[in-house]
Parts: sequence; structure tokens; C-alpha cells
Amino acid sequence: METAVTKTGTEDKIWGGGNKPLKVSYGKMMMWFFILSDALTFSGFLAAYGFSRFKFIDSWPIADEVFNHFPFLHGVDAPMYYVALMTFILIFSSVTMVLAVDAGHQMKQKKVIFYMFLTIIGGAIFVGSQAWEWKNFIKGEYGAVETKGGQILQFVDAEGHRVGLKDVAIVDIHKDREQHQRKNGLWYSEEGTRPTFTVSEIANGFTKNTDLLIRTQELVPDLEKLKASEKARDVAYATKLEKELVNPEAKGQKAIYKREYSLKRMGSVIGTVEGANLTHNEYGTPLFANFFFFITGFHGFHVLSGVIINIIIFINVILGTYERRKNYEMVEKVGLYWHFVDLVWVFVFTFFYLV
Amino acid sequence: MAHDIAHHESNTAKIWKVFILLSVVTIVEVILGIIKPAFLIDTTIISMKLLNWIFIILTIYKAYYITWSFMHMEGETKGLRRSVVWTAVFLICYLIFILLTEGDYVFEVFKGGYKSWDF
Repeated sequence: METAVTKTGTEDKIWGGGNKPLKVSYGKMMMWFFILSDALTFSGFLAAYGFSRFKFIDSWPIADEVFNHFPFLHGVDAPMYYVALMTFILIFSSVTMVLAVDAGHQMKQKKVIFYMFLTIIGGAIFVGSQAWEWKNFIKGEYGAVETKGGQILQFVDAEGHRVGLKDVAIVDIHKDREQHQRKNGLWYSEEGTRPTFTVSEIANGFTKNTDLLIRTQELVPDLEKLKASEKARDVAYATKLEKELVNPEAKGQKAIYKREYSLKRMGSVIGTVEGANLTHNEYGTPLFANFFFFITGFHGFHVLSGVIINIIIFINVILGTYERRKNYEMVEKVGLYWHFVDLVWVFVFTFFYLV
Repeated sequence: MAHDIAHHESNTAKIWKVFILLSVVTIVEVILGIIKPAFLIDTTIISMKLLNWIFIILTIYKAYYITWSFMHMEGETKGLRRSVVWTAVFLICYLIFILLTEGDYVFEVFKGGYKSWDF
């Protein structure tokens, strides 16, 4: 190799090309630059999330109400506990990874194996937890209805507790409508999953049960501030809310409308929503679910690939590849990637669950 | 920190210290997120709740420790450190500034325009 390189006479100078100005191996340097580019990708996602959230700042879903499940605690409102646990698991697997790197520096193969094993387990638990979060998110809990304008309306009782669609609907037992499938109609057409309840069943139940009220996506603004505003529009809006809402004082909470206005809103309902997909979700604006799926999905994919890469290196460590190579830099490089995955999660956690 | 592969000191004590620090910060975040102290929500600085500023600052604090300690950025040369960190910090700040400003503008248009968005 050496003989093929043209001598420039600058070999001993930094930036002469003959030595390493960054004092790292090619692989490690490139891992850093890959991480940089990946960090920018994630920032793009999170900044786009911020954009959409600022666009709908007065109607974005409240994370505490959406992510409030904990395994084996059914019906218990446990906001954030589970994601906090997931965060711990990931940080801890980061710690075991750095311990593995540290053991590698001292050429202690047994210790590297042990710590890498823990790291892989931690990563697998995290991916599993994320799958569970997705399952809950997709399945939904109460269900909601959607209006012609794409607004999501949820049901609450007189105390403001959420009421599920199944408790609202008065099911029409005489109704007997079959699902249209390819086998019993035109072969090239079939209908999607039919909703559990029809709009008329929900509307019927809502009219008969006079306790029910409608909760919209709007977050109640600071009415005092709006009324003091110089713009006539703000004052009119504040007066309207004060007249129509049950909870005009609940700043930052979702607006609940009085019975007469709730009934009026019910008139524009065109469909029911249970759970979430990319076009509809019972929590609020479709963008909320889109970003949830994209960002946590992209991160989850990183964790999954991180686990797979870790397993490959883990096998190499067991086989003694790095003992023969007399250095464990490969463990350090996958370690960098693994820490990066943790780093991204720290931000996703903040922007999705806390802020 | 010298990068001598042959005889490397063990940093185990320091690693555990950083772990405890990261855990404490996360616990503080979760506690603040659950109780949501009223005065932190009512105080607004540069059109964002003080509570959210606290979350973001704590997150950056955690990110610093992960990068510097776990990813060993403190041990790299100035050249590598700056080419990675400065690039990221500059581009991310720029992106966030533009998109959030634009998002806020679109919000105002939706709210104040003469078109109805909820029909």
C-alpha cells in the first residue's frame, strides 16, 4: 500500500494526509458522521411534529390522556408511568453497553459478553414495550365520532368522565346488514371493516341519554386574557365559549359543551372512529397519529436494527474474533450507534409525552 | 483522555455516576409531568410555558451527558467534536426556528382568516 501512495512532502504535518488529523479510525469517524446525518433526519421529523403542533396549538391531543396504560392495570389511569419505565430500560441498556466497551478496552472477553448480553435483553424489552404501546394506541379505548369538517368529538358524562361508544349506542337489534365481500357481490369490490356501531345508533343513544355531553378537541383558552384583548374577535370568542361551555374555567383542558350545544354538534356527525390509523384516530387530529407512527416507528426500527447489529457483534465476541484482532473497537462502534438510539429516545420522550 | 488501547483505565465508577444522574433527571421530568405545577404552566417565556422550557433544558442536559460520557465525545479531538456537534447544533436550531415560526403563522391564519375550517 505505502508504495502506491504519492509522496507530497507534507506527511508529517497535520492535514498533510499522511496521518490522522481526527485521531480516530476510519470506521469510528464514519460512524460519527452517520450518526450526525441520522440525527438530522430525526430532527427533521421532530421539527415537522413541532410545526404541526404549533399549527394546531389550541386543539392538540393531551398526551397524558392518550398514553395512560400500564400492563396488568386495566382501567387504571397511569399517565406516563410506562414510557418512563421504557426510558429507564433504554438508559440502562446504554449503561451496560458502555460497560461492555469499557471491558473491551481492558480486553476482558467474559465481561464484554456479559454486558453485551444485558444490552441486547434491554433492547428487546424496549422494542416489545413499544409494540405494546402501539397496540393500545391502535386499539383505542373509548371511541369517538367524526364530523363533516373532520373534527373529533368525544363523549363525557355529567362529571366529565369519558364514556365509550359502546355505552352511548343503543344498538338496533333488528338491523341485519351483511358485510359486502367479494364472494357475494361484484368480484372486484368489497367493503372495509364495518364499524361496530352506526352513526344512527350513536345519535339515538345520545339523544335518549340526557346526561351525555360532547367534548371537542378545543383546549379552553384563558378567557380573562381573551376578554381583555383589544381585538373584537377575541372578545366575541370568549363570550361564546362562556355561554356554551360547561367548563369555561378549565384552562388548557378540552372544552365540554352544554347539552343543547352538544346536541347541535351531534347533527354534523358522519362517522364513528375506534382506535387509530393513518387517516382517522379517536384522539384528535390525524396528524397526531401520523407523527406517532412515523417517529416512534422510525425510532423503534433503529432499536430493532441496533439489537440485530448487537447480536452479530455479540456472536463475534463469543467466537473470540476481537481477542485475535487484539482490540475491541468494533464493540465501541456499535456502542456508539446504540447510545445514539438512546439519545434520540430522550428527545422523542420529551416531545411526545412531556411537552 | 488518552486513547491508548493497550492499557486503559476502568471508568466504571464514572459510568455509574452518569447513570444515576440521568435517572434522577428522568424522574424529575416524570414527576413534573404528572403533577404539572400551576405556576410553571401559567408562566410563559418566549411564547412557551416555563414547564416546557424546563423539560427541554433537562433533555439537552441529558443529551450532553449521553454524548460526552457514554459516546465518549470528550475523548475525541477538537476537530471531530466540532465537525459533529457544531454542524448538528447549527442545522437543528435553524430548522426548528423556521418550522416553528411558520407553524405559528399558519395557526394565526387558520384562526384569524375569513374562511371557516370547521364546517
